Amino acid sequence: MGYVISLILALIGFWLGLSGHYTPLLLSLGGVSILLAVILSARLDILDREGAPYFAAFGIALYLPWLLREIFRANVEVIRACLRADLDINPALVKVKTKSDSDLAKTLFANSITLTPGTVTIEVEPNRLLVHALYEDAAGPMAFAEMDERSCRAIDGHRAKPKGPQS
Amino acid sequence: MEIWQDFVQGFEVLRPWFGGALCPLGATLAVIGSIGSLRFPDFYTRLHAASVTDTGAVTVMLVGMAFLSPHWLVFSKLIVIWVFLFLTGPTASHAIANAAHTAGLQPLIGAEATAEKIEVD
Repeated sequence: MGYVISLILALIGFWLGLSGHYTPLLLSLGGVSILLAVILSARLDILDREGAPYFAAFGIALYLPWLLREIFRANVEVIRACLRADLDINPALVKVKTKSDSDLAKTLFANSITLTPGTVTIEVEPNRLLVHALYEDAAGPMAFAEMDERSCRAIDGHRAKPKGPQS
Repeated sequence: MEIWQDFVQGFEVLRPWFGGALCPLGATLAVIGSIGSLRFPDFYTRLHAASVTDTGAVTVMLVGMAFLSPHWLVFSKLIVIWVFLFLTGPTASHAIANAAHTAGLQPLIGAEATAEKIEVD
């Protein structure tokens, strides 16, 4: 039920933000289209924890400012590499372990790595990611630990259980 | 209340200046990303340069446009565009990188990347 309500609320916000015409006719047409969209997505079986992750909204809202700061720093780094007279890049392929086990948390972590300039996720394996980095020393074993921790907490939050070492 | 009105009026005066400064800055970042993707040696490193355009340039330009937006509707659409780009950008980058990796393209590692290219005819 929470998935349906959160999708309806999100769609209402989206419609109001895009439309700008608030006459009764257009509002009712918008209501009909929102209802249709919700019914269709319920029939497609995509109203689940990946289709409407409302429970993670607060966690992601907390995670986003930190991610934006990381992206800003990495941007400065890569821009410097682009404009430096002599190319001093030192690319490397590294395997990054992740402790998140839900697909959603893994997706957020892998997308955050790709979003940060200088690192791209190339392959996703069950509990680790293959990452290509522009600078080898910026991609050490501990470089992604904080991002993993934070993205895992953003999605799984209170439900995240401390896990023993597992490989 | 007086101070608040002064603040709003001052913001209205400064708005076009902020927007006018941030949009060219974002365009410059996009050009820097293009320069990087021409200079870097192989496919994977060029992808990194392109991601400057994906994140930094887009964000700075959209913030500039948000300062210039005449109506809150335009502002909300800019936010939607930004969210959409931040969701699809990494997905596209990952799809390209993963395709190259699956096809067996080996990245240049370490000092190989900066070594002078030997011309082979």
